[in-house]
Amino acid sequence: MSEQESVTDRVFGSSVERREDRSILTGVAEYTDEKLPDAAHVAILRSQYAHATLESVDVDQAENRDDVVAVFTGADVEESGIPNDIPTAWSLPGLVTPQYRIIATDKVRHTGDAIAAVVAEDRYAAHNALGDIDVTYDRLDAVTEPDEAVDSDVTVHEEAPDNVAFDFTIGDADAVSEAFSAADHVTSVDLEQPRIIPNAVEPRAAAADYDPDSDDLTVWMTSQNPHLHRMLMSTATLGHPEHKLRIVAPEVGGGFGSKIYHYPDEAITAWCAKQLGRAVTWQATRREGYITDCHGRDHVTEAQLAVDTDGSIRGLRVETHAGLGAHLSQFATATPSYLYATILSSEYDIPAIHCRVIGAFTNTTPVDAYRGAGRAEGIYVTERIVDAAASELGMDPAEIRRTNLISPDEFPFETSVAMVYDSGEYETAMDRALELVEYDELRDRQRELRDDDRYLGIGIANFVESAGLSPSKAAGELGAAAGGWEAGVVRFHPSGTVTVACGTADQGQGHRTTFAQVAAEELGVPLEDVDVVEGDTDAVPQGMGTYGSRSGPVGGGAIATSARKVVEKAKRIAAHSLEASVDDVEFDDGEFSVVGAPDRSVTIQEVALEAYLGHDIPGDAEPGLEATSYYDPENFTFPFGTHVAVVEVDPETGEVDLQTYVAVDDCGEQINPMIVEGQVHGGIAQGVGAALYEGAVYDDTGTLVTGSMNEYALPRAHQLPDYETDSTVTPSPHNPIGVKGVGESATIAAAPAVVNAVVDALEPFDVDHLDMPLSNERVWRAIDAATEGDS
Amino acid sequence: MSTDSTGDYDGPVTEEISVTVNGETVTAEVEPRLKLSDFLRNECGLHGVRVGCEHGVCGACTVQQEGRTVKSCLSYAVQADGMEIETVEGLAEDGSLHPIQEAFHETHALQCGFCTSGFVMATKELLEENPDPSREEIETGLADNICRCTGYQNIYEAVERAADRMEGGE
Repeated sequence: MSEQESVTDRVFGSSVERREDRSILTGVAEYTDEKLPDAAHVAILRSQYAHATLESVDVDQAENRDDVVAVFTGADVEESGIPNDIPTAWSLPGLVTPQYRIIATDKVRHTGDAIAAVVAEDRYAAHNALGDIDVTYDRLDAVTEPDEAVDSDVTVHEEAPDNVAFDFTIGDADAVSEAFSAADHVTSVDLEQPRIIPNAVEPRAAAADYDPDSDDLTVWMTSQNPHLHRMLMSTATLGHPEHKLRIVAPEVGGGFGSKIYHYPDEAITAWCAKQLGRAVTWQATRREGYITDCHGRDHVTEAQLAVDTDGSIRGLRVETHAGLGAHLSQFATATPSYLYATILSSEYDIPAIHCRVIGAFTNTTPVDAYRGAGRAEGIYVTERIVDAAASELGMDPAEIRRTNLISPDEFPFETSVAMVYDSGEYETAMDRALELVEYDELRDRQRELRDDDRYLGIGIANFVESAGLSPSKAAGELGAAAGGWEAGVVRFHPSGTVTVACGTADQGQGHRTTFAQVAAEELGVPLEDVDVVEGDTDAVPQGMGTYGSRSGPVGGGAIATSARKVVEKAKRIAAHSLEASVDDVEFDDGEFSVVGAPDRSVTIQEVALEAYLGHDIPGDAEPGLEATSYYDPENFTFPFGTHVAVVEVDPETGEVDLQTYVAVDDCGEQINPMIVEGQVHGGIAQGVGAALYEGAVYDDTGTLVTGSMNEYALPRAHQLPDYETDSTVTPSPHNPIGVKGVGESATIAAAPAVVNAVVDALEPFDVDHLDMPLSNERVWRAIDAATEGDS
Repeated sequence: MSTDSTGDYDGPVTEEISVTVNGETVTAEVEPRLKLSDFLRNECGLHGVRVGCEHGVCGACTVQQEGRTVKSCLSYAVQADGMEIETVEGLAEDGSLHPIQEAFHETHALQCGFCTSGFVMATKELLEENPDPSREEIETGLADNICRCTGYQNIYEAVERAADRMEGGE
């Protein structure tokens, strides 16, 4: 992309610099923790054990401290009569939904469960007082692994004695059986995808202010979806009237999924503010974040691929145990089911796929969508097993992929797992990636180096992402308790400048820049005349938020739709002013003119003024010039691409040197190529992190061993290679601006690309699979096992 | 603060400190346990000192103390008594961004921005000590800071661009 700096004079599609940067760089940008500096502080006591019955919670000593305002327990919350049940937002057949209280009462089910909340004059005092709360536990055994949970004697929730929350299947099992009977060869891979801890650098936080006279409750919080938080706090936890509840997401320091969900903590903070009639604030400590921010992944999978000797794939069978943690977070059910199983076809024409997913409760932090959510896990399975099949068949990994690619003339393409891909030029992107990485030369070099006992590996990952969550009707039919539309407002001011509002919520993506580009292009006004408002339920009518790579396609779609409505209305007013018929007026670059008489023209800014004066507008028109749209996509969008990783593995130490990384992404039209590239870079880093360094570890008692940044390996500057990125552009045919979305793509592709590369490097040692993270030790042990007795 | 064995509040033990922060002297009564990060954020109102992990790993709270970077979440305000501290707020002059800030902006080296103050301050020390660092020296120089958004590549480019500009005469 860097070589293709836009030379167009269009605002849409050019790498304009971000308007978000200045306040961040000078330090004045305000995140949640800056919002109520004089508020009392909340600190939350977490469980000492992963699984225990609470016999008593004695808060007297803590309450007696002079600097403590109040201490509340689960019983206090229950007595207040609020609904007190954090819900899942996606139902599946037979789903078990135990109550998820904001503060535990009788039992704790993971170490992040809240037992009490202290409100004190400052944060130090609040945390000090936690130590004065006396809790008597009756400790229970814990279960942490999803596959072990279903056969365990440990029961996390009485409502699910076998710990199974749901048992989901998709696809035609009979067709898959037939495919396996008919195929020349069956490849099997058993794999695990460890938990990832999202680690947004800004900890989660909430600050609440309550006015008892008006009943107005305002909560500033680290939210990817303020309206969803408002609805859930209103209806499910606090019972506060929705129209009296304002949620504001100010600057938000990263999310990657973890700030989508309604956690107990913001409800506790807001509830304390209401109880006390004073402003209170809470910010997670990092260790608290590690045990309470929803984790991602946690899959244990057995997969088989039916394939012919020429590489043609006939069928895929997948069975996965998905860890859900101790409680059902909002998308905990959708992520390992509909977001996972429906992407297993990747870029390939796979005639028969069947997938079963058993969602299991464990005594661990709840698991929910993390960047790539479901699609990352699904693509990982398919791209790993395709590589394994290539190895077993003696085929080149690029060739087996090429053999099975869906070709451009097959779109829209209906997969055997219920998705209809919108558009794709898969081979073009794959060829570009192989060309950039110099694939054939690398294979030659790999052979040469092996003669010197050096082990180069080349890993390819193709991917498709179902982005732009989602068509509301389809989501509803599949169990969603929310729509998938987005709201966008475009409002001219009388002087000709424009305010755009959108229900998405930025955490670093640069929406204030890109959404202004969308509106400026549609309206033909200068970019600097467009302002963008997000993240405030009082300033944006409604919204669904930012996740699932949806802000570009769905938020951008809503803004473009509103801008087009504004232009339509403005055209009628312009025709009236120009004394022409509407059909004779054309609009170009902010100006309305009469066809064939270009000197008879009026600018959209002049029309805006006229619209607000209302002195001379068509008789059937209302004054004003603005529009609101609830854009509901007709389908998902399907970004795709090919990533290639090149590694060298040191057989003496097991160290993986990631030398080259090439990414070719197709996210449809690009609003701002600089920002697209930034999303790809960051996505790669998170995928590489998962492949090589990260992965949460629990011990048998349910204690998170990787419980802070000291133990959990986040990739640092020197651990990542330079990325070479490029793109192809295949617009989404159904999106108003041709955009497909890009937020998650690279994370989806990077993990399988890197793991495929390492396994490829280890081919001489007959290593056919290794689970992430590919630590030096894990790689060394695999080599050592293969060479045992050689030395 | 101090409490006796029953938890009764016995009033805070405080100490007067005087710290020069971004060129201005700030005198305050602080508790000995007050972290430098909290002093800068809450007493001085310098919110550009971001607190990301409070255990010295993420580097978001990086400031310069007597010209050397420190993670302000790992030191106490009383340790800065009599010293000069510079935070990210001290960099821009008369409304013009510092060349490092400018380079971060131009190369899209920030996304959510929560780590940015720390990276900018770490870059400042790096370039003060080594005005023309190699890519490897940049990677090592910034290894104490974590960014979860950018994947670092644009940060390296920002540092290189800033180095070019500052070499050319700030």
